Amino acid sequence: MQSKAELWQAGNGGQDMADGETPVLEARGITKIFGQHRALDGVDFAVRPGEVHALLGENGAGKSTLIKILTGAYQPDGGEIVLEGAPIRFTDPLNAQGAGIGTVYQEVNLLPNRSVAENLFLGRQPTRFGLVQRKAIVTEATALMAAYGLDIDVRAELGSFSVAVQQIVAIARAVELSGKVLVLDEPTASLDRNEVEKLFEVVAKLKARGLGIIFITHFLDQVFALADRVTILRNGQLIGTRDLRELTATEVVRMMLGKDLAYGHSTLPVAEAAKGPVKVTFTGLGRAGRVAPFTLSLHEGEVVGVAGLLGSGRTEMARLMFGVDTADEGEIMVSGKPLKIRNPAQAVMAGFGFCPEDRKLDGIFGELSVRENIIIALQAKLGWFRALHRDEQDEIAGRYADDLDIRAASHDMPVKLLSGGNQQKVILARWLANDPTFLILDEPTRGIDVGAHAEIVRTINRLREEGLALLVISSELDEVVAYSNRVVVMRDRQMVAELHGADITPAVIVAAIADNTGSAEARI
Amino acid sequence: MKRHPLTAALLRPQFAALAAVLFINWLLFPGFFTITWQDGRLFGSLIDVLNRGAPVAILAIGVTAVIATKGVDLSVGAVMAISGAVAAVMVSSGTPATIAIPVALLAGLVCGFWNGVLVTYLDIQPIIATLVLMVAGRGLAQLITEGSIVTFSDPLLSFIGTGAFLGLPMPVVIALVLMVGATLAVRRTALGLLIEAVGVNRSAARFAGISSRLLLLLVYSFAGVCAAIAGLIVAGDIRGADANNAGLWLELDAILAVVLGGTSLLGGRFSIPMSVVGALIIQAMNTGILISGFSPQFNLVVKSGVIILILVLQSPMAAQWMGRHLSFLTSPRNRSAK
Repeated sequence: MQSKAELWQAGNGGQDMADGETPVLEARGITKIFGQHRALDGVDFAVRPGEVHALLGENGAGKSTLIKILTGAYQPDGGEIVLEGAPIRFTDPLNAQGAGIGTVYQEVNLLPNRSVAENLFLGRQPTRFGLVQRKAIVTEATALMAAYGLDIDVRAELGSFSVAVQQIVAIARAVELSGKVLVLDEPTASLDRNEVEKLFEVVAKLKARGLGIIFITHFLDQVFALADRVTILRNGQLIGTRDLRELTATEVVRMMLGKDLAYGHSTLPVAEAAKGPVKVTFTGLGRAGRVAPFTLSLHEGEVVGVAGLLGSGRTEMARLMFGVDTADEGEIMVSGKPLKIRNPAQAVMAGFGFCPEDRKLDGIFGELSVRENIIIALQAKLGWFRALHRDEQDEIAGRYADDLDIRAASHDMPVKLLSGGNQQKVILARWLANDPTFLILDEPTRGIDVGAHAEIVRTINRLREEGLALLVISSELDEVVAYSNRVVVMRDRQMVAELHGADITPAVIVAAIADNTGSAEARI
Repeated sequence: MKRHPLTAALLRPQFAALAAVLFINWLLFPGFFTITWQDGRLFGSLIDVLNRGAPVAILAIGVTAVIATKGVDLSVGAVMAISGAVAAVMVSSGTPATIAIPVALLAGLVCGFWNGVLVTYLDIQPIIATLVLMVAGRGLAQLITEGSIVTFSDPLLSFIGTGAFLGLPMPVVIALVLMVGATLAVRRTALGLLIEAVGVNRSAARFAGISSRLLLLLVYSFAGVCAAIAGLIVAGDIRGADANNAGLWLELDAILAVVLGGTSLLGGRFSIPMSVVGALIIQAMNTGILISGFSPQFNLVVKSGVIILILVLQSPMAAQWMGRHLSFLTSPRNRSAK
């Protein structure tokens, strides 16, 4: 431990960290037991002031449990929490917040229909004679936001700003309320690249102010960009706390998984020769104000990757194809026959499937069982009167759950209790049960753990081999490269490039997204 | 150690609540469980609870499906008044009941369909969309009856409200048939699952290829037909249509029955038979308060107190508490040991 700390300091030169400085927040030998299951088993964890400490682990490794114990949401069954050298017990999250530990979650926990200023001061408004001083709030809030590098009208509704701004407001509120430790739980999951940078600037400032920052994310590159140290958990056990300067991404992944990933970080581009005849063709499909007309054919046994920044029209393109939004021009041909698709029901009848980007909002029926979630699209296709028998339902759900390795204690449990990765597989199973010809996956690996990433990538490759036509939208360029026969690039709601063969590398894709130069062959 | 599904169903708090209310009624009125056979039909307080509870039970059957889609129907009371008015006006002007009854049912269907159109095509929130007909419907009923109470003596129409079949009052028979029929219709087909899916997540239902518009139209129309049936029973019972008072506030009792039956107002899982049990709990309370000799001023207060108690007992919090402190009651191992 000591030698690692020295190494870390040697690497950081003149950073304001004294050797052996007491951690601001420490967990010692924390154990948490749910029923028979040891969610945490004697885990040690310490955050120093002025450091960003990443907490990594697959889903179920114990990250959330540890965070909930550190923020007072759970009580540990063993071990102790030490705040600035003194043992402490948090009775509830409010208590922990008062003691100095603030938390910001992926989904902003503020009031979108109130102003930024009100959100910042909610519950602690400066008052005079019992009346809220609106002017004082606005002045203070403006100053506070300026300190976080945001020049915004704090009187505007919070919901009118981007998620990134909302996230920063949430951070500002948490820091103002607490001020010693900041827990960032998946803060970047719904942000695009620029927004992530903005957020990172804020975090760097807070780090310089001496806050201890705990950073939880699924994005390894962000861990390396932002964090100083990393603690890795697996199955409730502490695997180790290490200085990130002495680790490579592969080592981190190996520590998390206990094995190497199935796909490397430099997979060779997928051969283009293997694909079959044309399955679906979209000719000049477009909708004014959403996506400029685009033309795209997909072959049997082909994966077309879609790259582009958030808001570039990637999702809008998929929505047009699936009839979620109705196209106002263009034609669709399926297996050589022209077809009208005006709503998702028609798309499903045509053999299309769509795993949407926002699983919770558009994909999952949280209260319904895993079984019902899997058979629902098939049942919708069969219609009201051809109900699948319970036996058939069990058989179908069982088959695809085995096939995709969906881990659920029972297929009758509500799907909302599954992890993100397993929920994604349930939606995939839903479409596979429908025997599709064309499958659209929108950000299939977003917000799921690294192990499930690899499985989804493997599944995409397997489905391609089985002859499916797939369109996969993803921000993870390494993954796009790992499964795409072709890559189309979207920018400003237009399809701006189509990349083939040796051009399918992260570098070329980035060049095409940024600008139309480079070796990207321009189309349209 | 798995319980038989029927045992599990009977262990639900609703049945306990119903039993408790009936038991208290028996304490207040020792003859409560006495049932006699007279003039070819059953008589007794228990039969009375079933008979008086039937209209709300029938409303609740329709409203259950609406609530399962995350909607609500406030108009069913007014639709009762419309259907009663249509039937009464027609038979009193000489039209045979065999025509008047289908026309009244059709009126209910149209009302429900109208609600469905407002909700699906104009995308109006269900509570507002059905509030329109709740207010306007009663006015419509008054227009049909021209402001007076229309009485009639048609034997068929009054048989619906006061007759008996196999010894059971007709309202009970109708409610029973409707409950079994509707339950079979949603559970033997895929309708039930699709309705639940739309209620749990309408957007995900759309992405999964479910035609939620058609389903919503169907569900609201069905609620309208159920309301029309209840309206015919009430009109047949008093041999007249009172546009001002027929079904007044019954939509609230129907919603309450659904909630007591355990269907969440947030949509999703639903059970038609349990909603009927909910309606019976309400009616058992009404009857109990009437026969107990409480002064009528207390009725509503007592009723609301009991309802809050039942809802608290149904809550997850109470289930947890009972799991901790009263596990000897619910643990199947202890039960078999006794």
